[in-house]
Parts: sequence; C-alpha cells; structure tokens
Amino acid sequence: MVNDNLNLKVNLSGLELDNPIIPASGTFGFGYEFAELYDINILGSFSFKGTTVSPRYGNDTPRIAETASGMLNSVGLQNPGIEKVISEELPKLKKCFNKPVIANISGFSIDDYVTACRLIDRQEQVGLIEVNISCPNVHNGGMSFGASAQAAAEVTKAVKAVTTKPIYMKLTPNVTDIAEIAKGCESAGADGVSLINTLLGMRLDLRKRKPLLANTTGGLSGPAVFPVAVRCVWQVYNAVKIPIIGMGGVSSAEDVIEMMMAGATAVQVGAANLVDPFACKKIIEDLPRVMKKYRIDDLSDIIGGAH
Amino acid sequence: MKQGYFEIIENVALTRDVFRMKLQGDTSAITAAGQFVNIKLDGFFLRRPISVCDVEGEVLTIIYKVVGDGTHLLAHMSTGTKLDILTGLGNGYALEKSGSSPLLIGGGVGVPPMYNLAKRLIAQDKKVTVIMGFNASNELFYKDEFEALGARVLVTTVDGSAGIKGFVTDAIAEAGDVSCIYTCGPEPMLKAIYNATDCPAYFSFEERMGCGFGACVGCTCKTKYGNKRICKDGPVLCREEIIW
Repeated sequence: MVNDNLNLKVNLSGLELDNPIIPASGTFGFGYEFAELYDINILGSFSFKGTTVSPRYGNDTPRIAETASGMLNSVGLQNPGIEKVISEELPKLKKCFNKPVIANISGFSIDDYVTACRLIDRQEQVGLIEVNISCPNVHNGGMSFGASAQAAAEVTKAVKAVTTKPIYMKLTPNVTDIAEIAKGCESAGADGVSLINTLLGMRLDLRKRKPLLANTTGGLSGPAVFPVAVRCVWQVYNAVKIPIIGMGGVSSAEDVIEMMMAGATAVQVGAANLVDPFACKKIIEDLPRVMKKYRIDDLSDIIGGAH
Repeated sequence: MKQGYFEIIENVALTRDVFRMKLQGDTSAITAAGQFVNIKLDGFFLRRPISVCDVEGEVLTIIYKVVGDGTHLLAHMSTGTKLDILTGLGNGYALEKSGSSPLLIGGGVGVPPMYNLAKRLIAQDKKVTVIMGFNASNELFYKDEFEALGARVLVTTVDGSAGIKGFVTDAIAEAGDVSCIYTCGPEPMLKAIYNATDCPAYFSFEERMGCGFGACVGCTCKTKYGNKRICKDGPVLCREEIIW
C-alpha cells in the first residue's frame, strides 16, 4: 500500500512485515475461512491455531460465554497435532498465504515444546515461532510455565537449543509481575515476547446455578482487556530490550497506535476477528488515515514512543 | 458467507415471546434451508446466531424467541433499522436423500427452519408432512403457513391443549410412510427421534458459538467422522455421524 510515503513496515527480529497487523492465534484458524472473504496476503503475518505434539479435542462445550465488551473461551487448544499441521494445514495454507507465518506452539512438558518447535522450525513457511506458555484453559501445563520466571526461562532455553528461527514467548497476564517473566525469557535467549494471553475469568448460569462454561473457567478477551494489555506491554517494554508483539482487545487502528506507543513492535488482533471477519482488513486500511491524524510517517518511529 | 446490512421491514409477535422479523438485503449467500445468520447488536460483543425461516428474493425472514437481553433488544427494534448480518452460515439440510415422502419435525423455535425446507421439497413435488411440537396451544405458530405451502401438518402439545397430546415422537406413527426425516429442536427431542426411527435423517444442533463461521472452534462436537464445528460443518448432522 503506497500512501503519501507513509511507512507501515515493522521488523520482528529480522522478519520484515509489510504492516504490524497479525491475527492472533486461535481467532483465525489456519486462515481459510478468512481467505474466502478477502486476500489475506494484506496481513503483516498471522499466528496460526495453537498446535501441540498430539492432536487435541479440547474441552467440553459450552466453551464460549459472552461478557461486557468481550468474551470468555475455554476451547482448550483443540488442534490436529503437529504432524497433521505440517502435512495438511501448511500445504493448504500455502495456496492462500504467501508470506512467512507465525507458528503458535503449546505443550504440557518441556519435551513437548522441544519436539514441536524442532519440527515446526524446519518448515520453510514459518517465519517466527510463538511459544505459548500462557494458555489458561489446560491443566498441568500451558499457563504454569508462564507463571514463574524460572520455568519460562527453562522452556525458552530448551526451545532455543533446537531452533534457528526467532522465538517469541507468549506470556500470561495472570501473574503478579509480568515484567519479571519477560526478563526470565530474555535472559534465556528469547528473541521477543508476545503478550497478553487471555485473563482467567468465569461466568455463572443463574437458572442452573452453575458455571456457564463446561470447563468452569475460561480466558477473557475483547475490548474489556485492552487497558490491561496496554499496561502489560508498557511494563514489559520498561523491563526488556527484546521486541514485543502486543495484543489484547485490539479492535481499531487507534488501538494499534496505542499498543505501539506503549512498546509493541507489532500488534495482534484476536477476538475482533470473531465478531467482524473483516476486522484486520479494516484496521490495515484505516492505519494510513490514523497515522496522518497523529502525524506519524513511519510506524517504527512510535514503538515505545510514550515512554 | 457474506457480511451485509439488512433493513428491518417487519418485526411482529407471533406468540407471547416468539417474533417474526423480515429483513431486506443481499440474501445471495443463503443457499440451503437450515442455514443460519449471525446478527450484530449494539451493546453486545458477540453476534446472535438465528436460523433462517425463509428467503424470498431480497427478503430474509427469521423467527426468534426472546430468551435473553440480545433477543429482548431485537424484539424492540423498529422497522427501518439497519442490522449488520453475516449470512449463508452453516451447511443446511441436504435434499438428495429426501425420497418421496419426507417428514419434517420442528420443536418450538426449531419449527422456523422447516418452513423454507418444506417450500424447497414441495417445489420438488415431494409429499411433505410436518410435525410441530409445542408445550401448549398458546405457543403454536405457523400451522396455517405450512398448510398454505401444501404440507400436511400434525401438531403436538405436551399439555394436550392443541393437536395430539404428548411429544413430537407420539405423532410419527400418524405420519405414515416416511422416506427421510429432517428435524430441528431441543437436543432431547432430537435424540428421541433418533431412537424412535431408522430411516435416513438429518438433525440440526445448537451450541454456544463465538464467531459462527468456523474460526474459533468454540462449538466443536465429536462425531463418528471426527471433530466437527457446529457452526461451519453443521449445524445439520446426518444420522450416521452422530454420537450421543
């Protein structure tokens, strides 16, 4: 998009994106549903559905509940498993997306993360690996690795030892001090951090006098969490030197600018995709207008600009 | 799937809490009976998935029951209001195996999708029987409309205040020879129909959805052929694939 010499390009550890907009993992599947609606090559990149070593069904339904300005989900990492993702999803994805994709990897043990990251690292289509140590919807794993700086560092170190591509650790806001966790990742060699995953929450069904979600709790996302996300990005930017991918409730071009000024180099859009399948397209098309409004010529200039 | 703006041209009560809304807009993405639309409402984060009752040219008809704040708001909307709607969602009912005498069974607000289905089957010269089940006679709607299409209609009510006293399954014997069953309604009703019959059958399921178009996998269910998303691979599942 040429627009009066405006520069929307950003750089994530050597991976150059045409713009900072990345649909967040779990809200964009493997891209096909959206590719039916618009050319998804306009995206900076996208983070595919969280993948584990073995196939997973996820949690029982109901897995979705509405909240004020947002939603809870307790999907629980439903995915076809790393082998099928490599043999079926990536070749299919190649037909509708010709840019490097972000591989989102989850696990239940350090071995899981190592196995999955080693396999996905060899895939030509993958430009960056986002290691999810923050899923609130699975037990014995997921978020527990993201809840202490030491455990986060251990996963980071183990994954870095078997990969060549940039490793971004995806962090949870459900901790006392997210900056400490980010520092742990940085010291163990992470190329960047990605934040925030969803906030742990729950709702009740008043008629049944029971939780609405079969899994009892779920992860809160949507505009309701945006201020929390901005605060986390701000704190992490103060604590580390590695790039940050900011996310959490982003739904407009203004939100993208705010996230970047707080310290994000690139920005993921999550729940907004589910309500408006054209959300990312609209944000990308609206960015030049908002850049002009705030007299921004080059988006890279505003990263952390509010500090 | 298409996203578009539809103008409300009618919004009337059919019973105490069931309303019919007619909307004008681009209906071209709706290709089968049994599909649904997903409606954006101001003040609510998630869209409201509602089954398509009928589509005729540029006019989309939905029939919905007021069950929560979203449908309450919908019921109070005036004609002329424009709504952001995703259309053409879900697979809908397959007509290939309908045979010569299909039986359509709707329970409560599971009745509406049967209307466009009946219309399509009657257009193919099929002998259509419709069983509509309600709790009581004051919940009954659309009997005349189905009869006007040329369908034979059997009504059941739990309290016996209209038609046959009992559940929809109590009327199946009266339907005579049935080549195929199409149904939509509460899950216990679907299961009872499944157990009471053995002909080809299609069941439309409900689940809490995030997006309604397959992206979030919030509404996944297990089938004999693997995981399926109710919103995208369903909401209609055939007898062979269902695991109760």
